[in-house]
Amino acid sequence: MLATAIVISRMTILFGAVMLYGIYSLLSASLFVVLDAVDVAFTEAAVGTCISTILMLSALSLTGSRIEITHRRKPLLALCSSVGLGAVLLWGTIDMPRYADPGAPANQHVAPYYLEQSSHETGIPNVVTSVLASYRGYDTLGEVVVIFTAGIGVISLLGSRRRRKKD
Amino acid sequence: MKQHIVLHLIAKMLIPFIMLFALYVQFHGDYGPGGGFQAGVIFGAGVILYGIILGKEMALQVVPIKLVHTLAAVGVLLYTCVGVAGMLLGGEFLNYNVLLSDPVAGQHIGILLIELGVGITVASVMISLFFSYSMYQHPDGPENN
Repeated sequence: MLATAIVISRMTILFGAVMLYGIYSLLSASLFVVLDAVDVAFTEAAVGTCISTILMLSALSLTGSRIEITHRRKPLLALCSSVGLGAVLLWGTIDMPRYADPGAPANQHVAPYYLEQSSHETGIPNVVTSVLASYRGYDTLGEVVVIFTAGIGVISLLGSRRRRKKD
Repeated sequence: MKQHIVLHLIAKMLIPFIMLFALYVQFHGDYGPGGGFQAGVIFGAGVILYGIILGKEMALQVVPIKLVHTLAAVGVLLYTCVGVAGMLLGGEFLNYNVLLSDPVAGQHIGILLIELGVGITVASVMISLFFSYSMYQHPDGPENN
């Protein structure tokens, strides 16, 4: 995954970068499968690998697939700030609880309630679905509205039908 | 891309299964992985594949652009209407317990309906995004039909 990410950032041919991005997304989907997050993996494979690649390719057909390389003046400052930020983030992860630690705050709050009660309260075996659609119904409504708004935005920017030639 | 006979045949064979799998993911999301988002994306991908292989004119005959735009709004409306129906029946917004006499059955029908709304919206937004990109012609650019 790391190798793919580095290659993507060095690519100048956007077509290849889009293809590698699809591979990167598929790799992260398999990582989610390894972590037992099947629903997330499914979403990543469907949205990240399939639809984003197609949409990026259709965007490329409008813009062309090569970029001009621009040389930045001061790479040292950018390098220092990004390395510093990375170090701060790594330092922050030292305090994080170990992966799958049952005593971690994230596993103590409402997660046990969902796991124990959701099947009685909703009659649905898949906890992810019941949390997403029932307990967190507002959030999901918000997500749907976001997608809808994004669709409206693209339609109003690009237009949905063939433009007439202006004479 | 009609001249690529292998692509054409394989796509024709695969598209029904993609659609069927999308419906399975949609309505089996309660029991297995999946749900409205994934099902909508898979369904949209099936239509987009059809559009890529057979040309957008053929795809527009199957799914008219007006219908797609309407369905995008219908999905959000279906979701909100389920929430409002819960309010009208004496619960809070998006409380499915009151939809039927039995709370568990009410939860079931509520989740099924809102997942359907999510699926409809996601699928139609994906299809309309693809159509918007593929049909756009730059106002100043050369005419390429």
